[in-house]
Amino acid sequence: MFDYNFHWRPVMKSLPDLIDAAFLTLQVAVLAMILGIVIGLGLALVRMHLRGLPRWLASSWVELARNTPALFQLFFFGFGLGAFGLHLSPYIIVLAGLTFNCAGYLAENFRGGFQAVPDTQIRAARSLGMTAWQAYSRIVIPQVFRIVYHPITNQMVWAVLMSSLGMLVGFRELSGETQFFASRTFRIFEYFAVTAVIYYVIVKLILLGSRLLAARLFRY
Amino acid sequence: MIEIRDLHKYFGALHVLKGINLNVQKGEVLSVIGASGSGKSTLLYCINGLEPVQQGRVVVDGIDVHAKGTDINRLRQRLGMVFQQWNSFPHLTALENVALAPRIVKGKTRAEAREIARRQLEHVGLGEKLDAYPSALSGGQQQRLAIARALAMEPEYMLFDEATSALDPELVGEVLETMRMLAEEGMTMICVTHEMGFARDVSDRVAFFHQGVMEEIGPPEQIFTAPQSEHTRKFLANVR
Repeated sequence: MFDYNFHWRPVMKSLPDLIDAAFLTLQVAVLAMILGIVIGLGLALVRMHLRGLPRWLASSWVELARNTPALFQLFFFGFGLGAFGLHLSPYIIVLAGLTFNCAGYLAENFRGGFQAVPDTQIRAARSLGMTAWQAYSRIVIPQVFRIVYHPITNQMVWAVLMSSLGMLVGFRELSGETQFFASRTFRIFEYFAVTAVIYYVIVKLILLGSRLLAARLFRY
Repeated sequence: MIEIRDLHKYFGALHVLKGINLNVQKGEVLSVIGASGSGKSTLLYCINGLEPVQQGRVVVDGIDVHAKGTDINRLRQRLGMVFQQWNSFPHLTALENVALAPRIVKGKTRAEAREIARRQLEHVGLGEKLDAYPSALSGGQQQRLAIARALAMEPEYMLFDEATSALDPELVGEVLETMRMLAEEGMTMICVTHEMGFARDVSDRVAFFHQGVMEEIGPPEQIFTAPQSEHTRKFLANVR
């Protein structure tokens, strides 16, 4: 039917390099998520509480991040800034692109989370003599965190998978590394099949970890 | 003592309270009755400063609630409040719900706060539910939890905003019983309520609100058997 002979040996030989690259993928995704959560929370608060230019800027960020292809966002930090003479390393390009994208999506999750906590919770807290900050940090934020917990998990998975775009700006994360070996050995199918399995395992581990953590964190 | 002088409150163009004058003495139980929208709940929110006022004053133990320099968070410790939608904190156990404010507002140690919380929860009959989350409690239990939470701040006054209106009928009794117990213990209480039986039996005075005006105030016998105002008469005829 087809005459293609599978050759797995080259893949197996470079497996240690692929595993290393997988850790790089995980690293950049985790960093982008941490930055994305902090910035996304900030964007959500700015959009809810401020007016004028700050609100416009925050809204634009969210709009651009959500309504343009993630690849273009990455290209902006790579070739876009490059055209103006600002040359970033592939690592920084991917980190910046992912962070930009994740912050935009997470901002909307946070906004929904804040809106889901009724104002009466704040009133009840203030009626007990809590300051506005105490009411926010002790009563509102913990409830928001639970609401956005699973969307954050989804975004984490998305960040891992999206980091594969890094190979298009020359970043040797898991996909970039795979592409590098595949084009040297012409065992393209074999390499990408194995890499797909590695991605799958990473994502499964993230989901498992998330579920275990949720069971500990959320008893109510 | 709570003194309310010529209090006016607007929501935009809507004139919700039209010049309320009222004194509530220590140890007194005042019930506030009237139709929905008559301004009675708003009065409570103005007393503990959750709503700003446009004219007039509310003075609690000599402190003007709405004056600029007033430490409102400190003043609110004297004014416990219980809401119609009980507003338990869903992410905290019953014990944590009650212990939180004593710890972070009053600066009690964790152990002290838990002890206060345990005592207050036992007081309202929730001694068995210390570690339960609100989602596992009935509406009546959650409302008693809210009462315990307010009491844990050792307030001088308790404000009840239709504390039983959102409850299933069979759960109203346990909350009223708890309120009755507090009244017997000598707590000063302002109860906005639709429970005419409670207003009649437990209050020292009953105030009737109509369209932002306090139409009538007096001992329950007078309000319920010989109301002076036509509006009061009509209202009472309708609720019976």
